[in-house]
Amino acid sequence: MKIAYYPGCTLKTKGKSLETSALACMGQLGIEAEELERWNCCGAVYSLADDDLIHIVAPVRDLIRVKQAGHDKVITLCSMCYNTLARANELMRHDEEKRKTINDFMDEEPDYTGDVQVLHFLDFLRDEIGWDKVKEKVTKPLSGMKVAPYYGCTLLRPKEVAIDRADQPEVMHSFLETLGAEVVDFPGAIQCCGTYQVLGNPDAALKVSHDILSDATSHGAEALALTCPLCDYNMSKRQDQMLQKYEGAREVPIYYFTQLMAIAMGIPVEECHFELNRESSVQLLKSKNLVTG
Amino acid sequence: MAREISLKTIDDRFRQKIKEISGQNFQQCFQCGTCSGSCPMTEHLDLMPRQVMALIQFGQADALDVAKTPFVCASCHTCMVRCPRGLDLTKIMEAVRLVKLRRNVNEIEPSNLQPEDVTEMPQVAMVSGFRKLTS
Amino acid sequence: MSIVPQEETTATETKMVPIYIMGKRYEVPATLTIMKAIEYAGYKYIRGCGCRGGVCGACSTVYRKPGDYKIYTGLACQTVVEPEMYLTQMPFYPANRTTYDFGELTGTPDEINRLYPELFRCVACNACTKVCPMDVQVMDYIAALKRGDIQAAAEISFDCIQCGLCASRCMGELPQYHIAQLARRLNGAYLTPKAEHLQTMCANIDAGRYDPGLAELKGMDLETLRNTYQSREMEPASAGEDWTPQDKSHL
Repeated sequence: MKIAYYPGCTLKTKGKSLETSALACMGQLGIEAEELERWNCCGAVYSLADDDLIHIVAPVRDLIRVKQAGHDKVITLCSMCYNTLARANELMRHDEEKRKTINDFMDEEPDYTGDVQVLHFLDFLRDEIGWDKVKEKVTKPLSGMKVAPYYGCTLLRPKEVAIDRADQPEVMHSFLETLGAEVVDFPGAIQCCGTYQVLGNPDAALKVSHDILSDATSHGAEALALTCPLCDYNMSKRQDQMLQKYEGAREVPIYYFTQLMAIAMGIPVEECHFELNRESSVQLLKSKNLVTG
Repeated sequence: MAREISLKTIDDRFRQKIKEISGQNFQQCFQCGTCSGSCPMTEHLDLMPRQVMALIQFGQADALDVAKTPFVCASCHTCMVRCPRGLDLTKIMEAVRLVKLRRNVNEIEPSNLQPEDVTEMPQVAMVSGFRKLTS
Repeated sequence: MSIVPQEETTATETKMVPIYIMGKRYEVPATLTIMKAIEYAGYKYIRGCGCRGGVCGACSTVYRKPGDYKIYTGLACQTVVEPEMYLTQMPFYPANRTTYDFGELTGTPDEINRLYPELFRCVACNACTKVCPMDVQVMDYIAALKRGDIQAAAEISFDCIQCGLCASRCMGELPQYHIAQLARRLNGAYLTPKAEHLQTMCANIDAGRYDPGLAELKGMDLETLRNTYQSREMEPASAGEDWTPQDKSHL
């Protein structure tokens, strides 16, 4: 099965562990992800202003590239890219007036009408591959590993692009169950990590990220699985600051969902680029005999 | 904090602007406070989202111009999902931000970022942060 | 073949076209470049004119045509005038250029991000690409840099002549051309593979590997030197990569 793949700005450097592990898993599942030959950054956040169309131009351009490459579906790994592309696509589908303005503005590009389907790897696995198929490829189940699924905001809100129910999502729960992990449900799973406020209000972002992690551990989680390089930055890279600042803060290993998938599928550990994770992430996998050495 | 609400202090053009940018009929807000109770940033806000809504309803442009809340908002859309009146508060917060940013005012200065932070930060942080917090 | 005198054109017979320079109308010969037309109209360049050969980037022109919303650009020294065009020269456009000690850089994307964080304000509107007189895909190299691909950016921006028109149109207020220059510098100095055989050869020279041979040549009288040169063993044009000379003493 061939599908167009849109990486996004972070997945070639700081978030490459998300990309390499995902591509390896796709290979195992017989999915041929064709990275778009030409693409630009989607803008990461969808414009929320009714009179601001210029910020919709970037994601629409990428959707045009998908069509130009001869595809009608595109898959993303970063949930912020997913949200931005999917919302731009909805607008192009349903708002005739804005569609025309955007198409007229991009006079160097072919017109676009929203006929590409934007998918996140998680709903693609659920709806187009199926958990049974994924399970067949699991050779090293994550038995006894207590993982909290963290959805964040952009996979679930707003409704028109949500890949699951906003209040009680299940897709990542099912995903982790398929990998053999013990899924730890916790309320913080759908709360915001503070996202770009790491620039504007770094202390506030640190606090909300810390709240999520302590919520997860207090529900018995040993680790957290997530889908977004900005969530990863806020909760994994900035965790050292939490450990210093908040009394009772505990070390929590953080993984991209695809890293756990790769481990469960017995994919060589190098594909996971664990050097970009917290050290505790590898230690936990070793203690569960999922990674040797 | 007592505020005078009168024809003198109600800035109707501001209200129109917010309506235009957000596309939301903020007059529907009935001040239940669900948004304030849902906001993950509550403890870092100077005004609760509900208060922001009230100030918009009364066209209190000055108060909102110095408010921190719209710039602490992380656009997580939780308030929007839970609003019993179906209002998209994230769009309203964006509109309040834009009224300020569009005067060529930056909330954060990209050139003042600490080099070590830029080295650490993923691109997506800067792309989204600059989108939301610079003019 | 003889030259027919009647076919010679003179100034009075040349077809003239109207153009507007900074809003003022001038009749200029239709065959002139914008640069020559401006001079023909009586202006004198003291800046904003460099190589007159299309590579220095000093003479960018911005122009429009009546009844057409599009912005056109070109290098004044390369672009022939069009009737009714209205134009202005853009010899310089201010753009943030950071200072850096190049020796302290190593060629990582973070270094570009640190020096030019405004990179991430690009919204992919593509105005830069549309305005580039060299047809550089400016938006694409900015996209490449956002994702940390310095090599791609260096390649895409290769034809940039630093005229600055991209920066003049940028809604993110980026100094694209300065960022691209840094990318090309980093690519050239740190990312392009080093020619290892060149380094080996330089080391050999420094170590005196070829000194005896040179001393031998220097000691020859002219006749011997000439004969040695003429009778030297040459690599045949069709030689393969594994060819070596009979006399290997100088290798």
